[in-house]
Order: sequence, then C-alpha cells, then structure tokens
Amino acid sequence: MNSEKAFLNIEDLVVEYVSGGKTVHAVNGVTFDLEKGKTLGLVGETGAGKTTIAKAILRLLPEPQATVKNGRIMLDGDDLLTFPETKMRNVRGNVVTMVFQDPMTALNPIMKVGDQIAEVIKKHQKLENKTSRELAQEMLEMVGIPSARYDEYPHQFSGGMKQRVVIAMALACNPQLLLADEPTTALDVTIQAQVLDMMEDLKNKYNTAMILITHDLGVVGRMCDDVAVIYAGEVLEYGTRKEIFLNPCHPYTIGLFGAIPDLSVSTRRLANIEGLPPDPTNLPEGCCFSPRCSYATDECRKNKPSLQKINDDHLCRCPLAEQIRSGKNGGEV
Amino acid sequence: MTEKKMKRGFKESRFAVFWNRLKRNRNAMIGLYVFLLLVMLIIIVPIVSPYDYAKYDIMSISQKPSLKHPFGTDDLGRDLLTRCFYGGRYSLSISLAAVLFSTSVGTVIGAITGFFGGKIDAVIMRMLDVIQAIPSTLLTIIISAALGVGIDKTIIAISVGSIPGTVRLLRGSVMRTREEQYLEAAEAIGCSTTRRIWKYVVPNSWSPLIVSSTMGVARTILQLAALSYIGLGVQPPTPEWGAMLSGARGYLRDYPHMLIFPGLFIAISVLCLNMFGDGLRDALDPKLKD
Amino acid sequence: MTLLEIKNLKKYFPGSRGVVHAVDDVTMSINEGETMGVVGESGCGKSTLGRTVIHLQPATDGNVIFEGKDITNPTKQEMKELRQKMQIIFQDPYSSLNPRMTVGDTIREPLLLNGRCTKETVDNECERLMDLVGIALRLKDSYPHELDGGRRQRVGIARALALNPKFIVCDEPVSAMDVSIQAQILNLLMDLQESQNLAYMFITHNMAVVRHISKNISVMYLGQLVETSPTDELFETPLHPYTQALLSAIPTTDILHPKKRIVLKGEITSPIDPEPGCRFADRCMYATEACRQPQKLEELLPGHFVSCCRAKELNHL
Repeated sequence: MNSEKAFLNIEDLVVEYVSGGKTVHAVNGVTFDLEKGKTLGLVGETGAGKTTIAKAILRLLPEPQATVKNGRIMLDGDDLLTFPETKMRNVRGNVVTMVFQDPMTALNPIMKVGDQIAEVIKKHQKLENKTSRELAQEMLEMVGIPSARYDEYPHQFSGGMKQRVVIAMALACNPQLLLADEPTTALDVTIQAQVLDMMEDLKNKYNTAMILITHDLGVVGRMCDDVAVIYAGEVLEYGTRKEIFLNPCHPYTIGLFGAIPDLSVSTRRLANIEGLPPDPTNLPEGCCFSPRCSYATDECRKNKPSLQKINDDHLCRCPLAEQIRSGKNGGEV
Repeated sequence: MTEKKMKRGFKESRFAVFWNRLKRNRNAMIGLYVFLLLVMLIIIVPIVSPYDYAKYDIMSISQKPSLKHPFGTDDLGRDLLTRCFYGGRYSLSISLAAVLFSTSVGTVIGAITGFFGGKIDAVIMRMLDVIQAIPSTLLTIIISAALGVGIDKTIIAISVGSIPGTVRLLRGSVMRTREEQYLEAAEAIGCSTTRRIWKYVVPNSWSPLIVSSTMGVARTILQLAALSYIGLGVQPPTPEWGAMLSGARGYLRDYPHMLIFPGLFIAISVLCLNMFGDGLRDALDPKLKD
Repeated sequence: MTLLEIKNLKKYFPGSRGVVHAVDDVTMSINEGETMGVVGESGCGKSTLGRTVIHLQPATDGNVIFEGKDITNPTKQEMKELRQKMQIIFQDPYSSLNPRMTVGDTIREPLLLNGRCTKETVDNECERLMDLVGIALRLKDSYPHELDGGRRQRVGIARALALNPKFIVCDEPVSAMDVSIQAQILNLLMDLQESQNLAYMFITHNMAVVRHISKNISVMYLGQLVETSPTDELFETPLHPYTQALLSAIPTTDILHPKKRIVLKGEITSPIDPEPGCRFADRCMYATEACRQPQKLEELLPGHFVSCCRAKELNHL
C-alpha cells in the first residue's frame, strides 16, 4: 500500500486476448505493489486472470493473441513493459522467476534432476561445471532432498519432491521476485505443509518478494502478508491479511469465506454464491460482481465502482462496503 | 433467436466447431473442393462425351492432343479424355471400397483387442504381426495372384495389407479411451459390454482413424495403379489409371501424353486427398485449440 | 439401521514390481441415510475401496454385506439389482461424461437400460431428474463440452440418481471445482440425501469438506484403515498419530489461532509387497518395535476405532 518504497509496483494493468474472433478481457485495470521480503496473495477462482497477471510481469503472454493495452509494471524503478526482449531475457530467471502449478511438466524427463538445477545456475551465473554441480547439490539439500539423488531422473521423484526441485530451480539464481502459481495445489496436505514451510524459510533467508497465486484461502492465511482478491480481472478487495481475513468488506470476499466449509465448526449449509463468474468476452456493465451480488443496486449495475479506502491498510471496490460491514450477519450473503 | 433454432444450434455445435476449424484451413478446403470437382467430372464426362471408352478407332491411332481429342488418343485410337475420366470411376471406387473394407474390419478387430486386452489381444496382434512382416506390395501381389482377377478380388487384395495398420491405430486409441471415467460410469448404470464398446469407446476413439483412412484412399489409389501396372488388378479394356499407364509404357518416348494424362489424374487426386487429410487431422485434434 | 457392512475387505493388484496392496483389511459399516467420509492422501486406496464396494472391481478377499445380503460374489441377476441400488459420482466431471452424448441422452441411458421407463415416459422422468439436480431444461440437448464444471457434475449426479439408489459412492466429487461452485454442489448433495434418504461414501482428501458433510469419518493410509470415528470426535480428539499430523497440516482461514503444525518427515510410499505392521511407522515419531507387528483395529472410545498399538498410552486413555 505504499508505492514509494515498493519493489514491485503494478499500475492499472490491462491485458486483452483475442480468441476465435472475440476479445477476452482478462485483466482490467489491476493495481498493487509489493515490498521486498513480503508475500502478496492473489486469490480468485479459475479464469479470474491471476495467472495472466503473473505472465504479464514476466512478459510471457502468448503473442500475438495477448496484448497489454495499458498500465505500468515497475520493478525496482524500471518499467518492465518498455524493456526490449534481450533485456527481458536477463530479467527472467535472474531477477524474476516463476513456479508453475504442475511440477510434472516443468522438468525435462530425460535429464538428470541435478543437472537441470546446475544448468540454470550455469546459465545465469556463468560458472564452471564443477562449481555449478556443487551449488546444485547444495540447493537439493536445502530443499530437503539428499544430494546423493543428484543423478536421478524426474520419474524417480515423487510429486512433492519434484515441486521442491522446481522451487529449488526457481530460487537457484537468487531472484528478487518469485511468482508462485498454485505451487502446492497438486500436492497432498502433509506434503503441502512441507513445501510451504520450505518456501517460507527460503523467502526469509533471501529476503525474496513473492506473489502467491492460489484459490486456497487457507494457504493465503498461512503465507501472505497482503491479499488481493481478484474477480473477472479486477481487484475487488486489497489489504493486509489481517484486514481481509478479519474484516472482509466486499460481498464477494465475504461469500468466498462463507463458501469454505469450516474446520472448527460444523455448519449445516454452506453460503452459496449463486451463479457463475462472468464471461470475460462479455463483461457486465457496472460492477462485474453485480449479477451475483444480493446487495446490488441499480447504481451498481450501471456504474463501475472505484477502489475505495476503508482504512490505511484496506481498499475495497464496493460503494456499499461500509453498510455491509456494519450490518454483516455472520458472513452470510 | 427462436427456441427451436437455438435447440438446433446446440445439437450441431460439435460438428459446427469442427467444420469451422476445417474451413479456416485453406489447403484442406482446396483439396476438398478440387477432389469433389474431380468426382463430379468423373461422373458427368463419360456420359456427355461423344466417344466410347472401349471402341477402337483405327483412323485416329496415337494422336497428339488436339481440339477433337484434348488429351489425344491411345494406341487403339480411343479418346484419352473419356478414358481418363471413365477410368477414374474404377480407380476411385475400388480405392474407396478397399479403404472402407479395411477400415471396418480394422475397427471391429481393433475395438475388440483394445477393449479386452490380455490374451485375445496378444493372439490377434501376433497374427497381424505376421501379415505386417510381409512387404505390403508383395502381399497384395500374392493375394491378387492367388485369388485371380476381378474387381471384388482386387478390393480384398489391396485392403488386407492395410488392416494391421488400422487395427493398431484404433487399438491404441481405444486403450486410451478405455481409461476414461465415463466407461466406469456406464458400467455402474448396467451398460452391457457390447454397448459400451460401440456407443462409448469407438465413437470417442475414431478421429485418428478417419484421418488415416482419408489419406489411405490416396495410398490405395497408388497401390491399385501399381497392381494394374503389372497386369494384376483391373483388366483391359476397362480403363483404370494404373492400367492405362501400364498400357502406355511402350510409347513413353514417342507419345508421352499417353502416360502424362493418367499420371496427372493419379497425382491430383492423391494430392487433394492428402491435403484434405492433413487439414482433417488438425481440425479433429482436440489439443489444437484455436 | 446398517445399510452396508465392509468386513476385512482386501483388493490387491499384481504388478511387475510386486503386488500392490491397494486396500488391505478394511472394516467399516455405513447406516441408511448417513454419510461415511473416507479421507486420506493420494495413493491411500480410498478410490479403490469405493470401486470395490460397488463391484466395479472384484474384491481379492473379505466381504461386502448390503441390506443384510453378502454381495461379494454376486450372480448376474444380483448384479443387475445391485447396479440399481448402488451408484457412483466421479471426481472429474470432464472425463465422467461421454463427450458424444447430450445431457438428455446421458440421463436417459440408465432409465432405458434398466427398463425403468418406456420410450414414452422417459422424457418426463429425465426432466424430473434435471429439475431435481438443478439443470435448466433448455440444456437437455447440449453436449458436455458446452457446460461448465458445476453443471457437468450435476449431470453426473442426475445419472446416478436415475436408478433411485440407496447408496452412492462420491469419489472426490468437488475436488476439481472452485469454492463457490463446490459449495453449490455440496449443498445439493446434502439436500438430496435428506429428500431421497441416501447413504454416501464420501471419498476426499479435503478435510474441511468431509467434516461438513459426514456423520462418521474413516482415515486411510497406504491401504489400511487407521482410524474411524464420529466426525466431531475425530476433529476434537484424533487418536492416531497420522490423523493428528494430517489435521495439523491443513492451512485454515482462522488466522488468529494458528495451529501447532506437526510436519511429517519423508514421503508417502507405495504399498507394494508391504512389511507386516503399521505402514505409517516409517514416518511416525512415536514408532517402536511393537509397531512392526500387525496392528488391530480397537475401539478405544465408544464408536471410535483406532489401529495403533500406542494410541492408548499416547492419548492417556
């Protein structure tokens, strides 16, 4: 929330795709910032545009279908969107790296696991073969895999180990910003706990800034300092973890919390968010959540609300936020 | 949009999606349209032509192309244009029939081996291995020689060689489909094995076969031509492109048009089918989304 | 009233690297109209258990008793009747529907195959079912690829309900969905349970979901049942070390009361030709020599069974 000293600062990012003759409005004016050593959680449902934001930062959007229509992506004072491709290649891997959801496809099946890490180190730090091997072994140990398994192939590793290798590769070059796209969604809970612990340790050790993309509010609650709730390519609510979790203001956020079965109390019925997310080729006029919102007024359906300040640590894109908050009835929408 | 129209829109959409994808592929559409034009001409030209395909005309032996005979005449004075189009009837229909035959036999065997697996699969596949071990041209010649001449026998001779390939293709795809959950669901609602194979597995495993069969027609045209060229297959005076080439081989130096025109017909139809088949594969491949 | 009893059920798969003990000696019982949650991590055999119980795969050993009748080796006629009383809903609504059949065809299929409806009455029944699970009738002629995940799952549920079953195996039915859609489907399943008096075996790896929907919960680890108990009791007093670790590993949204996490060492292996004894012993911080002996399922609290020789002393019971 403090753009002067932020390490990453995204302003009014707009990304559009062209698919089958239609324009997909994937990201519609997203603004947030992130300091070093902090973690920002991007929460939202499938198709909300979370991954597109991450790919836009790395400039990995498929060309020519996708175009960044507007916005700035300021990293350490430079606008990444103005960088030429050659300079961008230097940024990827060295300054910013990304971990994808599926560890199975991120590793080359016919190359030794250790060599894959060593290659990344070699490419970005220009080291001798021998030193890169040693560094890769160190990296393996660090993510909790015995270095003796350096010469094994990906199929000999379990899913959790592969994901740890992928994270090790992402961190091998000591990036300043890590984009983690659903890094633990494919893993079992006990393994997820191990991987999350490891990510937290590494982040603290290297003071890395991290953007964690997930749909699991539990993971956000564990890992993130700040949270942005994304819906139909817009930030609906943005604030510190404490504000979002203890004091959610937007009907969508409240609905999301209500829809998760609670571990500690058993409830008979879950709060529903009726309907489906809007079609990104044909977004509703006014507030993008209004068709599913039980508080929506005619005003909501006509004019797009702006992000309003609830307090210093909390922004919300809903004109009724204050009313909803004061009259909130146990998280039900 | 009326209710009825919308309903139809839903029903057709699967095909519509496929057709739209295919339509965007220019090569495929050129292939399809040229081939359809060829088929139409093959049907019409022999009917409207003033010449008979089999009648000798001593007065106009081995003429070069002229206004009277645009493709020239052959060594017995028959009009080559009429014969080329008339011959196409045989070339194309025999090839189509052969591919239909091998595809249907291959589908049945492939579905059974792929679905049941185990011992049935092992036995059938080893038998097919034996067939595949013989070079396919040689196999076609042997069968053709053993069965004797005749269009039905030629169809069988040509199709046998391509059955193992068809079986293998469908079997692989059936084995993938077999793992889908909707098969388990079908079993849970008490669907019989036969119904599961024909209603659930085969329709969902067919697309690679459709592509390979389209291309297979092109391959079969060539095989048939080769068979006729060496004197098996279609017999004179029936004009078939391969047989026409065979009859003209003695005149290569003096009257090249006798070879060029039937050869051109083979080349054009094979090219069209391959172009169309390529496009078909792209359009049917679910992994290629837009 | 007990609807289904599973006694010492075993399902082994012979493989090239040895015999996989996917389900090993599992015993549980499910009451009419109630939900038994089966939880565990990937490869623990929970899906195999569900499929074996409804006889999509034959059991290797043990018994399944349904409505008082042993159905472990049914005759063809018995099988036909069973298919109508026991159904299954799958995890992946994308793969569980035949892509070449419309919504209507899919729902009509079980009705016609089992002679529940004639050609004349089938459309009415199909529409009744679509209404019951909340699919708009205009989607009757749509193909699965035109529907979203939530609607497809509704079609799968309608197909399962078509035969008016008493027992449904729900194999991770909401795992592939976003939370808002997940809530819609869970609510639907609970409403249907009430109105149709259905018993569910609800297989999932999501502890929050299972707590929400189940009356009793069974926890599995590498093919073995480690603990089975009434739901609230399992969450309040888990007795098996694995259950304790599993529960502590779930990230919650309750950020004011962070849990003490038990982070397990090592990975889940695969139950190929396993040693006798507790399969969790290698990762368990309390493991002793006695754990290498075969474990027995013991009732330590009323209705609360644990398969751990040290559970009693560790939990001061």
